[in-house]
Amino acid sequence: MAEVILFYFLMAFILIAALIAVETTDLLSAVICVGAIGFGCALFFLFLRAPDIAITQIVVEVLALVILIRVTISRNATFVTGDREFFASVVSVVILMMIFLMAVQVLNSLPAFGDAVFAEVTDSASKTYISQGMEKTGAANIVSAVILDFRAYDTLGEATVLFTSVIGAAVILRKRPRKLPEEPQI
Amino acid sequence: MKGMSIIIKTISSWIKILIFLFGIYIIIFGHLTPGGGFAGGVILASSYVLIMLAYGRDYSEKNLPLPIASKLDSAGALMFIAIALFGLFYGAGSFFWNFIQVKFFADGHAAFDLVSAGTIPLSNIAIGLKVAASLFLVIFALSTFRPAENNDKE
Repeated sequence: MAEVILFYFLMAFILIAALIAVETTDLLSAVICVGAIGFGCALFFLFLRAPDIAITQIVVEVLALVILIRVTISRNATFVTGDREFFASVVSVVILMMIFLMAVQVLNSLPAFGDAVFAEVTDSASKTYISQGMEKTGAANIVSAVILDFRAYDTLGEATVLFTSVIGAAVILRKRPRKLPEEPQI
Repeated sequence: MKGMSIIIKTISSWIKILIFLFGIYIIIFGHLTPGGGFAGGVILASSYVLIMLAYGRDYSEKNLPLPIASKLDSAGALMFIAIALFGLFYGAGSFFWNFIQVKFFADGHAAFDLVSAGTIPLSNIAIGLKVAASLFLVIFALSTFRPAENNDKE
């Protein structure tokens, strides 16, 4: 019972931080609220007994927060000015309502909070991972065994995403072009 | 970016070693304790971000030159692919087959040793190298970028 109250408290904290991050006009406050959302998520993962995800979440959050604050305070104007367009607001509210109605239908079919999704299936893959993961891979950390042995192909895709992001950042944010453009002949 | 005051420089010159060692620990013990290649690689990159913020961009580029960082990035990716292809071609395995565990570690290596679990620690090291180098490169590219109206500043 105490855990459930804790989860509701964390959820309220994350929701309030998200609302402030969207609604405030100060960029620095918005960045700090995004950091608060990340730390709330890290606490959430910690209380759900997923320390691997919690470590990754908090480390990535710290790095991203430092970079975002560094970028924000190096700007001249940190206040957002201007109003929202009426038509864009109406369109986004309608789309969000449609997504919410569809999500309600889907969430009703999920198992209750805390129950494993594959608990009812007799010969599911996750049961095999949990019962035989240690003797098949020899890794004491079952998360490592899954992401680097059973599902290593997914990890390869994740590494490819990082590689692509480096290439994109290096190409788009390059300071000077590799070859100077030729002068137009007049 | 010129760097910060002498107090921050002195403290971060001690702290950066501890952060770097903690990242290496998270990577190497990834198959025994929570953590792994991705989290450890991000910690390694964050120690370089500390150097970049405290000492300035030029010092951090002298510390880890960009060509070496991009070569480390490629080496991590190549190492990961090589582990996968060894599993494919060694014996009659499959892609990402854990050949060391099955062929060599089947007897005598207990599950909670540092040297256990076959290719999983090697993959952790490869992913850690790759994530650290590529995040360092991305952050370096972001920090050198200036919008057009801020060009005359700094």
